[in-house]
Amino acid sequence: MNVAVLQFPGSNCDQDVFHLFAGGLRLPTRYVWHKETGLGAADLVVIPGGFSYGDYLRCGAIARFSPVMAAVRDFAGAGGLVFGICNGFQILCEAGLLPGALIRNASLEFRCLTSALKVEASTEAFNPRSLGAAVRLPIGHGEGNYRIDEPGLARLEANRQVLLRYVENPNGSLGDIAGIRNESGNVFGMMPHPDRAFERFHPSQDGLAVARAVLAARFPEVLRRTG
Amino acid sequence: MKINVFVTPKKNVLDPQGAAVGHALESLGFQGLKGTRVGKLIELEVEAADTPDFRARLDQVCRDLLSNPVIEDFRCEIVQK
Repeated sequence: MNVAVLQFPGSNCDQDVFHLFAGGLRLPTRYVWHKETGLGAADLVVIPGGFSYGDYLRCGAIARFSPVMAAVRDFAGAGGLVFGICNGFQILCEAGLLPGALIRNASLEFRCLTSALKVEASTEAFNPRSLGAAVRLPIGHGEGNYRIDEPGLARLEANRQVLLRYVENPNGSLGDIAGIRNESGNVFGMMPHPDRAFERFHPSQDGLAVARAVLAARFPEVLRRTG
Repeated sequence: MKINVFVTPKKNVLDPQGAAVGHALESLGFQGLKGTRVGKLIELEVEAADTPDFRARLDQVCRDLLSNPVIEDFRCEIVQK
């Protein structure tokens, strides 16, 4: 079970994500630079938060064309597990690996706070039974306002693709959506940061359970081992 | 040739930036304002002939990179051949 953490110019949560999977979940974890054309041995690809390419043009728009993203597309197409957090979520939407798009917060403010999130019954592992009815995770973004057309939103809801909803909507997201998965259940994206919520000094420790619930989409056995 | 690519938020997509600019215009006393949308202008300078093939390639990069069709519309104007 190998974890690959992508690094783009401007990624700034790469070390937090590395520490979540290597330290928090004790999994073999390594970085993959955006210029790489392959992912090497990887069972989970994580796209961390930050401001890839300075958020120029649109958040995630330029990162999407980095060489490594072609490998991510093939990996996801073959059923590989991909998890995008914050800017990583924006990149996955831009790449078309997740539906919808993230635009400027309705308030125009950068929102930085610990957010209460309602857990939706989305997958075998990602649901209120395993995570509890709600989790608390930090958010820190200026462009987390989730947008999708009406048929797209109806499809998300019908397929139970919504993972998390804000209890108090901080950014204007449609349906209070904070995180989603793709239809086949192997690509996950969320604005909140599980990578900032697992140490004792963090404002919450719910990030570990959330990361496990994502992992369990493909590797339930790893969860038993890491307890 | 010189090309202007205008990228604007789709009509049915919320434009928080446009709304904020609209409020500011109102507070300046700018009367009769019915809507404000903020987009962007991308100026390209390209060495190419204006052929159907070139137009198709231009259209493709506008769709793939310069705009996000989920939230934005685009329009190209060739300003100088």
